[in-house]
Amino acid sequence: MMTMTTVITGIAFVAVHLVLAYFVFRYSGRQKAEHVEDNPRLERTLLLITSLLIAIMLVPGLFAYSQVIAKPSDRLVVEVLGEQWRWNYRFPGEDGIFGRTDVRLITSDNVFGIDPADPTGADDIVIVGGPLYLPVNQPVLLQFRSKDVLHNFWVPEFRVKIDAVPGTVTESWFTPTREGTYQAACAEYCGVAHYVMTSEIHVVDAAEFEQWLAALPTVAQAQE
Amino acid sequence: MATPAAAAHAAHEHHEPQSFWRKYVFSLDHKVIGIQYTVTALAVGAIGLVLSWLMRLQLGFPGAVGAVNPTNYYQFMTYHGLIMVVYLQTAILLGGFGNYLIPLMIGARDMAYPTLNMLSYWTYLLSVILLLAGYFVPGGPSGGSWVLYPPQSITAGTPGSGLGITLLLASIAVFVVSATMGGLNYITTVLQMRTRGMTLMRMPLTVWGVFISAVVALLSFPPLFVAGVMLLFDHLLGTSFFIPTVNVLGTVLPHEGGSPLLFQHLFWFFGHPEVYVVILPAMGIISDVMATHARKPIFGYKAMIVSMAAIGVISFIVWAHHMFASGMNPFFGYIFAATTLVVAIPSAMKTYNWLLTLWKGSIRFTTPMLFTIGFVSTFVIGGLTGLFLGNVAVDLPLHDTYFVVGHFHLVMGVSAILAMFAGIYHWFPKVTGRMMNETLGKIHFFVTFLGAYLVFFPMFLMGFQGIPRRYFSFDLVAFAPSGLDAVNAMVTVAALAVGAAQLVFVANIVWSAVRGREADANPWQANTLEWQTPQIRPGHGNWGPKLPEVYRWPYDYSVPGAARDFIPQNEPEVAVVSPAAGPEPEGAGR
Repeated sequence: MMTMTTVITGIAFVAVHLVLAYFVFRYSGRQKAEHVEDNPRLERTLLLITSLLIAIMLVPGLFAYSQVIAKPSDRLVVEVLGEQWRWNYRFPGEDGIFGRTDVRLITSDNVFGIDPADPTGADDIVIVGGPLYLPVNQPVLLQFRSKDVLHNFWVPEFRVKIDAVPGTVTESWFTPTREGTYQAACAEYCGVAHYVMTSEIHVVDAAEFEQWLAALPTVAQAQE
Repeated sequence: MATPAAAAHAAHEHHEPQSFWRKYVFSLDHKVIGIQYTVTALAVGAIGLVLSWLMRLQLGFPGAVGAVNPTNYYQFMTYHGLIMVVYLQTAILLGGFGNYLIPLMIGARDMAYPTLNMLSYWTYLLSVILLLAGYFVPGGPSGGSWVLYPPQSITAGTPGSGLGITLLLASIAVFVVSATMGGLNYITTVLQMRTRGMTLMRMPLTVWGVFISAVVALLSFPPLFVAGVMLLFDHLLGTSFFIPTVNVLGTVLPHEGGSPLLFQHLFWFFGHPEVYVVILPAMGIISDVMATHARKPIFGYKAMIVSMAAIGVISFIVWAHHMFASGMNPFFGYIFAATTLVVAIPSAMKTYNWLLTLWKGSIRFTTPMLFTIGFVSTFVIGGLTGLFLGNVAVDLPLHDTYFVVGHFHLVMGVSAILAMFAGIYHWFPKVTGRMMNETLGKIHFFVTFLGAYLVFFPMFLMGFQGIPRRYFSFDLVAFAPSGLDAVNAMVTVAALAVGAAQLVFVANIVWSAVRGREADANPWQANTLEWQTPQIRPGHGNWGPKLPEVYRWPYDYSVPGAARDFIPQNEPEVAVVSPAAGPEPEGAGR
């Protein structure tokens, strides 16, 4: 999509400028201009060609978009919480269920505001500020929340970009296909330290991921 | 006693004012008000320009200017954006050019509501004062970015989230009041005050551009007003229109249930049409200046009007393309991508017609013409890059990167500013009776035009690399390529050069107004009515005792067989000696 758009618009850019330059030099300083008012046939042709080119870019674009927003079925779910000015992550733990949260319960020891009354929250695993480890070739569904203002989770290599919006949950998914170290940066202006809101992401093989996750304390363990 | 002139004058709505204050300050004359708008907007624009230098210095040479820190960087960013889009471009293109040109171009003595017109200017000035007052209150001006997204804009993590944002929102609300008074006036004047023979389809495209723009502005500014007032309520009265339960820097705020997305919908329902509010008058100016200096009718006059109207209508159904990554229902992506790409079609048609206007013309490389040619170039690259951002799947990786910065600066920043300059150089002799200096004008053009490419083209490449916008520093961005610092330094140097070229422009204006070569009555040999006034600098009431009568459209340039290569609109039917003795050429007498 990106390549095709670049090619079509690139050709259009060069073509228009060649025509512009040719006309500018060819018709400068001539004694007399020709009185041409319009040419409906030419205009219709240009309209048709332009509409076709637009359709050629739009239709595959919409198709690609349908794939961007189709959620994978076999997925690892991770919650991402944006706050001024860091990214925090949460895994649901063994029960596969995130504990209930409330913004009013947020403290420096409970950055997600997990409700202690909800037993499903006890085995949740919280990572404050990162880094986040992800297994390679495993579709990941990220669920975003924000505790304060808008943020945007942007990892160029994953093509993931979605706002974290206070008061609601937004989603995005991707499948990391290459092991390595990546970075999420905030791409929605979020106040005076917007530019420092980055977080490291490591894509590793499945075994290393399991090892990393198992070594992290659950919410219950962290409180002891 | 009454001479015919005096009688005609008495019939006119207001008498020629005598005192200095009534004549030059609290004037009801559309020409004075247009100049007041233009001078005020240019002065505020100069502030916006200086703010961009301060930002560029930080980005190009981090730390070199020790006084720039994140707090004032984001305040500069906010003020630069709002000043350039609203207080410079909207004000000068509608309030400046619209006021000065509409009555002269349609053969009216003044605007339909001169008092409302004066109020519109003074209200605009009040909005400017409120805006700049932000710099003189505790906490400083708002650093909420020009889009002012809540909760960020009114919460503690953003500079100026106290009095600063209050003043800013008040200023925006007052500006909308001013723009509404102006817009009603432009529309009424165009519909009601045209002189005899000036049918709608004989109006110059500048008037068409301002007219359609005023309609779009009247329909799109109210949502901004409403959003601003609601945000002010959230901020001052503790309502929760836009703020859900949030914990900002450790404090739970007394809000619950508000929707940050609602603000974005309201803002962009204004914000996208606003782009066209700025660019439509620019398109009109470009069309008229180009036809005059190419000595050719504008190609496809009707198509130009239809495409401007189409752009105006479609502009209202594309707004959420600014929100593809906002977390709104992803289904919207399909609809807004489709409508957005459709708007490219009328825009492309206009571009073709400008090219075809140059085709077989007799191009005069005057300064206004150079700016016009430059406009076509920057409008094309700005428009084409819009095809990336409108197509939702392509947009997502580019959203909020420098690609967007390059795109909107070229298409609505640089293009509209080039049109503004084309208009100023073109109509300066009308306003002052003197020509602007051509050499200085050409220096101004080439540095500005080439500099703009050097500043904004690299931003497309930065955007492809994913470099996010609104960053005070890229030190922590791991994916920033190694050459980024060098590119940023180059961009800053180019931006400073463009800035210096604007000083040349200011010097040219001042020098030419005093010492410039005296202009002929119709120095560009143009057809439109404003050049056919009895005095070079039209007096009160513009036309002397008798209003002009219009016999033809404004584009009778190079009509075969005509004595001269232009036939002003108020020239009666002339016998055209056609060499082929065939039917009379279509253009003559239209």
